[in-house]
Amino acid sequence: MTSAPPPLSDAEAFTLRRRPASEKLFDQGFHYLTLALASFVGILLVAIVLTVFHGAREAIATFGARFITTSAWDPVNNEYGAFIAIYGTLVTAILSLVIAVPLGVGTAIFITEDLVPAQLRNAIGLMVELLAAIPSVVLGLWAIFVMEPAIRPALNLMHSLFGWSPFFAGQAIGPGMAPAILILVVMILPIITAISRDALNQVPIELRQGAYGIGTTRWGALLNIILPAAISAITGGIMLALGRAMGETMAVTMIIGNSLNFSLSLLAPGNTIASMLANQFGEADGIQVSALMYAALILMVLTLVVNIIAQWIVRRLSLKY
Amino acid sequence: MSNSPITYGNTPLFDRGGLYYEPNLARNRFNQFLTGLAALFAAIAVLPLFLVLIYVLIQGGKLINLRLFLELPPPPGLDGGGIGNAILGTILVTLVASLISIPIGVGGGIFLSEYSQNGWFAQAVRFGTDVLSGVPSIISGVFVYGIIVATRVIAGQSYSAMAGGIALSVLMLPTVIKTTDEGLKLVPQELRWGAFGVGASKVVTILKITLPAAFTPIATGVVLAIARAAGETAPLIFTALFSPFWPEGMVSPIASMSVLIFNFAIMPYEAQNELAWAASFVLVIMILAANLIARWISRTARP
Repeated sequence: MTSAPPPLSDAEAFTLRRRPASEKLFDQGFHYLTLALASFVGILLVAIVLTVFHGAREAIATFGARFITTSAWDPVNNEYGAFIAIYGTLVTAILSLVIAVPLGVGTAIFITEDLVPAQLRNAIGLMVELLAAIPSVVLGLWAIFVMEPAIRPALNLMHSLFGWSPFFAGQAIGPGMAPAILILVVMILPIITAISRDALNQVPIELRQGAYGIGTTRWGALLNIILPAAISAITGGIMLALGRAMGETMAVTMIIGNSLNFSLSLLAPGNTIASMLANQFGEADGIQVSALMYAALILMVLTLVVNIIAQWIVRRLSLKY
Repeated sequence: MSNSPITYGNTPLFDRGGLYYEPNLARNRFNQFLTGLAALFAAIAVLPLFLVLIYVLIQGGKLINLRLFLELPPPPGLDGGGIGNAILGTILVTLVASLISIPIGVGGGIFLSEYSQNGWFAQAVRFGTDVLSGVPSIISGVFVYGIIVATRVIAGQSYSAMAGGIALSVLMLPTVIKTTDEGLKLVPQELRWGAFGVGASKVVTILKITLPAAFTPIATGVVLAIARAAGETAPLIFTALFSPFWPEGMVSPIASMSVLIFNFAIMPYEAQNELAWAASFVLVIMILAANLIARWISRTARP
């Protein structure tokens, strides 16, 4: 602001300025640029599906549906079946959900109710969110050297108590399905807690006031009013966690044992599609690559279906107040 | 005294007895039990963070010295050495991923929020973004292997730092789009109207008014996305591979801290296991610091 500009005459001040064509072109161009960048997401999704499908074509032609139901994984004779990995993926994901859902929803209730001072509740929320930030591979390292040796006595106790059932047959000798399930619990707990917390916070306070007004207790209100109101968002969160658990790779790869032999026992080593990919992809060639791509395609279809159902639940079934 | 009836003037209305909290009622016992259970679950939920942090800080902290940052990892069976190449490699690969995903993601987010709030195409892109963020990280590795590593499109090389960065950018993209979209939605409509009112074109409004106003939430989201990408392993193990040497440019295999942890954790050598813990220490400190800084920025910048 060195000197004030000379005052404009009326004619100068009110001249309509037309935008030059170059400016309009720039405006339009930016619009189309952002449109193109936004379309990139769709292109990428299609490219991922096509690339994996293209890679898997040879194996699909060779093995067909047999790939899903047989469990041979034999690079020498070029005979591949992914049953063990598919079974391991589903079992570890579902059992980890069974443990993580009560823990996550319980934690979410604890930090959305006014049971303890707000600072403590915020601290717990922050810690659960930071747990989500710990890289999977670090959790895997911790699982190998700390968690698995620590829980082995407990697993062996389970074996001595329930050893008659095929699910707890055999001593726990190290890596296996059970430690993999527990590390998956650690990994999906933050997502379930975060989504449940948001869902519970969004329940209108009037519902709670109404419940208290007719004389119910805190848990009466929670179980009959607040949780049912939030259940669709929580279910969506659980589905997202299921997708995450099925696709989770590193920590599971490091602790599941990557066995090629089928066993019902949770104490024995197992395998998942993701850990099979992580272990073998770098060294595979020929039809083994194609077979691994086929397994990746199955994993992708599983997670896509679960994620789309999750999105649908969150969008369509959410209660409108 | 406490059991005196409630009165109106001198007229007793009703006995106060029924209004007192009776802890032995079945409903109150049930209430206490469930409250205790929720507290127990919350305690179990925060336990892993403490256990992981304590072990990483103790086991990894032992090895923190200057050599760790300046030297190469030793050959299997030998002691000493550092993870300098892996630290540099993680920075380079994450940089490539950021350079790809931030422009695309911010541009896509601008389209969603500023040009097509609720059009069918914007809804489809939002849906696609959610689906893409659910794609397992190993699948993005398989994708980049199929499209770049196996076809050798980048300078005739198969495994390369570029391929690793591209695989990570696939994972970062949905987060960047989402935070941009949501950050821009928080900008008050009056700011845009004001800019249009003084004659700014749409693109000037976006670049000079809306985007700077939404800088904080976008920056927060981008920092979190970078921190997440820096710790990812699965997309790198068969795209960037690993290298025991210093980075030799962007078109050859490159070391990274996350792949180093994976490779060295499963080796039967003590020295390698210790380097894995040290790399975890560096990685976790970097990621937690990024998270805490991002949270702090978003809290202090809020009016």
